[in-house]
Amino acid sequence: MSHPTTVAAPHHHAPPQGFLRTHVFSLDHKVIGKQYLDLALVAVCIGMLLSWLMRFHLAWPETPIPGLAKLSPNGAAGGVITPEYYLALMTMHGTIMVFFVLTTAPFAGFGNYFLPIQVGAEDMAFPRINMMSFWVTLVAFLVLISGFFVGDGPPLSGWTAYAPLSAVGKDAGPGQGVGQTLWAVSITLFCVAQLLGALNFITTTLDLRTKGMSLARMPYSTWAWFITSVIGLIAFAVLMPACILLILDRVAGTSFFIPAGLVISDRLQPHSGGSPLLWQHLFWFFGHPEVYIAILPGFGIISHILPAFARKPLLGPRVLIACLVAIAFLSYTVWGHHMFLSGMNPFSATLFSVPTLIITIPATIVTLLWIGTVYGANLRFTTPALFCLGFVSVFVSGGISGFFLAQPSIDTYLHGTYFVVGHFHFVMGVAAMFGIFAGTYFWAPKMFGRMMNETLGKWHFWLTFIGVYCVFMPMHYLGLAGNVRRYSAFTDDYLKPMIPLHQFITIAALCTGVAQLLFLFNLVRARFRGPKAPDNPWEATTLEWSTTSPPPFDNFGGRPPVVHHGPNEYGATGATGATGDYVMQASPQSAGPA
Amino acid sequence: MTGNATPPPPIVPPVAGPPTASRSTTEPPPLAPAQTGVLLAIGTICMSFAALTSAMVVRQGAAPDWRHFHLPYLLYLNTLVLLASSGTLEWSRRRIAAVPVGAARLPGLDGLAGVYFTLVLGLLFVTGQVIAWRQLAAQGLFLATAPSSAFFYVFTALHGLHVLGGLVALVYVLRRLRRIAGPVPRVALRAAALYWHFMGALWLYLLAILATRV
Repeated sequence: MSHPTTVAAPHHHAPPQGFLRTHVFSLDHKVIGKQYLDLALVAVCIGMLLSWLMRFHLAWPETPIPGLAKLSPNGAAGGVITPEYYLALMTMHGTIMVFFVLTTAPFAGFGNYFLPIQVGAEDMAFPRINMMSFWVTLVAFLVLISGFFVGDGPPLSGWTAYAPLSAVGKDAGPGQGVGQTLWAVSITLFCVAQLLGALNFITTTLDLRTKGMSLARMPYSTWAWFITSVIGLIAFAVLMPACILLILDRVAGTSFFIPAGLVISDRLQPHSGGSPLLWQHLFWFFGHPEVYIAILPGFGIISHILPAFARKPLLGPRVLIACLVAIAFLSYTVWGHHMFLSGMNPFSATLFSVPTLIITIPATIVTLLWIGTVYGANLRFTTPALFCLGFVSVFVSGGISGFFLAQPSIDTYLHGTYFVVGHFHFVMGVAAMFGIFAGTYFWAPKMFGRMMNETLGKWHFWLTFIGVYCVFMPMHYLGLAGNVRRYSAFTDDYLKPMIPLHQFITIAALCTGVAQLLFLFNLVRARFRGPKAPDNPWEATTLEWSTTSPPPFDNFGGRPPVVHHGPNEYGATGATGATGDYVMQASPQSAGPA
Repeated sequence: MTGNATPPPPIVPPVAGPPTASRSTTEPPPLAPAQTGVLLAIGTICMSFAALTSAMVVRQGAAPDWRHFHLPYLLYLNTLVLLASSGTLEWSRRRIAAVPVGAARLPGLDGLAGVYFTLVLGLLFVTGQVIAWRQLAAQGLFLATAPSSAFFYVFTALHGLHVLGGLVALVYVLRRLRRIAGPVPRVALRAAALYWHFMGALWLYLLAILATRV
C-alpha cells in the first residue's frame, strides 16, 4: 500500500479507485461526513413520522390511523395505538432524535466534513478509524430500528431507559424483551462509534493544523467541535459501561440495577440488591453532557455563520471560547437536576441546582455575543442568516424555561408535565435543528458545488419558525396547567379541557412537518441541478472557502494553505490582501485570494 | 535474531527530516497523531473504569448482599507476567529508538525479540485470566452469583478485551518493524508501548480495588 521510500504520515492515502471505495467504504472525511448527514436525514424522517403518530393519537385517541396495524398488529390493533405502543413510539422517537439526529448531524456530519478543511488538513488523523466510526453508527441505527420488526416491538422505557423497567426483561411489558436488549446493544455500539469519532476530531485538531493555524486562529465551529469531542470522549465512556451492565442484568442474571423482592406482572424477579438510582446517575452523567453534545456544534455553527452575514467581526471571540469551555466543564456537574424526583437526598438536589443556575451564565453571555454581533450590523438576510437568528430565538425561548426547572421546588411540580417537553424541545431539539438547517444552507454550496434555492429556503424558514412556536410554546402552558407527559390519552376530567389545545399542537406539528418537504426538495435539487456555486459565495474568511466547491480529494489540491489571519476579519476596509470588506484566513499580506 | 530470512535490503535513500514529522507544512506538532490518539484512548478508558468503580462502590453500599471471596492466587502470577511483558517491550523500544534516524535498515532489526516476548507474555496473561475465571467458576462463583463476583468478571473481562486490543496493535507494529524498507515506525512503536504500559498500570489499579473490595 505505502510506497517504500515515502514517509507515510497517518493521514496520507491515495485517491480511491472504483465506486465502492469512492462512495461507500470511503476513507475520505468528506464522503464520511455526507454519509453521516444522509443517515441523520433518514433518521430524522423516521423520528418525525413517529412524533406525528404520537401527536395524532394525543389529539384524536379513538381515531384509527390507516396502515398502522400492519406495523404492529398488537400495538395498534385496528390502527388505534395502545398506551404501551405509544410509549414504544415515544422511546424510539427520543432515541432516534437524540442519538442519530442531534448527535449525528451537527457533530459527526458537519464536523467530519469541515473540521479537517477548516484546520487546513488533508483528512482526519485516522481515516480508517473514521470510516469504522460511521459504519458502527450505521449498524447501531439498524439494530435500533430492527426493534420495530422483532418480538413485541420497540421498548417502552423511554430514551433514558430507566431501570428496573429496562432491566427486568419481558415481564415488564411488550417490547421489554428483545426490543429493549436491541436498544441497549444499539446504544453500546453508538458509544463505541462516537468515542472513535471524538478521538479522531481531537487528534486532528491538535496535530494536523496547517502552518499558521494557531489555536487562536481556529474558526469557532472548529472550536465547538473540538470542545464537543472532549465532552463526548468523557460522556460516552460512561454510558458504554452502563449499557454493558444493563445488558448483563437483562441477559446474564446479574443484579446491578434491579432491587430485591421486585414483583412485576405477578412474578417475583430473581434478582437481589441492585440500585435503580445507580442507572439514573450513570445515565444522566452521560445524559446531561449529551445535551451539550447536541447543542454546542450549533453554537459553533452560528458563531461561524453570523459574522459572515453581519459583515462584522464576532463580538468577543475569546469570551465565546471561554464560555464554551465553561459550559463543557459545568455540564458534568449538573446531571442530578434530571433526578430531583428520583428520591435522592434533597441536599444533593440543592447541590445540583446551583451549578445548573450557574451554567445559564455562560449560555447567556454567548447569546448576548450573538445579539451584540448583529446589533448595528447591515445584516444580509439570506436563508442561513435567518436560521441563525431563529436559532438565537428558540434557544432563548427554551432557555428561559430552564431557569424555572433548575430550582428543585418548582421542578417538583413541573418535572412530569409538558412544561419540560416544551423546554427541551426548544432548547436542544429545535435549536439544534436550526443549527443544522443554518449549516446546511451555508455549506451546501461547498458540499455539492451548487447553490440551494433562496426563495424556497426563506419559505422553509418562516413556516418552520412559526410552526415550532405553535407546537412547543403551548406545551409550557399545558405543563403549568398540570398536563402530565408520557400519557397516551387524556381521559381524566381535569385534562379534558386541554384536548383542544393538543389538537391545535397536532395540526401545527403536521403542518410544520409538511413544510420540511420544501427543505428536502431544495436539498435534493441542490445535489443535481441549480446554479453552480462559486468558491466563496458568502464572502466568508475561513479555509473551506479558499478551496474549490466541492473541494478536491485532498481538500487543497496538493497545496496546503498557509494561514495568516484569524477567522474574524470582517469589516476590514482597506486591509492589504482584501478583495472586499473581509480578509481570508489564507490570504497573504501581499496578494489577495485568487 | 528473529529469523528474518529476507534478502539484503535495498539502499534506502535518507529521508529529509525526522520520519516522525507528520507533514512538512504543519507547525511542529506537540505530539504525533498516533501518540495523541493513544493518550486520548487512555483518558477515555480511565473514564470508563472510573464509572465502573463508582458503580461498584454504590452497588456495594446499596444492599447487604455483597459477598466477599478470595481472589485466585493465579491473578498475582498473571500480574507478574503482565509487568514482565511491559519490561520486554520497553527494552525493545529503547533498542529500536537508539537506531539513528535515517539510517539504513538492517534485516532483523535489533530489539525485535522483546516485542515477540511481549506478545507471548501478553497471550499468557490473557490465558491466565481465563484460567482464573475457571478457578472461580469451580468454586461456584459465576457472573450472577453475587454483585462482587459480577464486578470481578466485568472488570477482568473488559481489561482483558483491552489487552487483546493492545496485542493486535503490537502485531501491527511488529509487521511494520519487520518491513525491510521504509523508516522505523518509531511513533507507532512508542504509542503501542505507551498503551501497553497503561494496560499494566490499569491492571494494578483493578487488582488493588478487587483485592480490597471483593
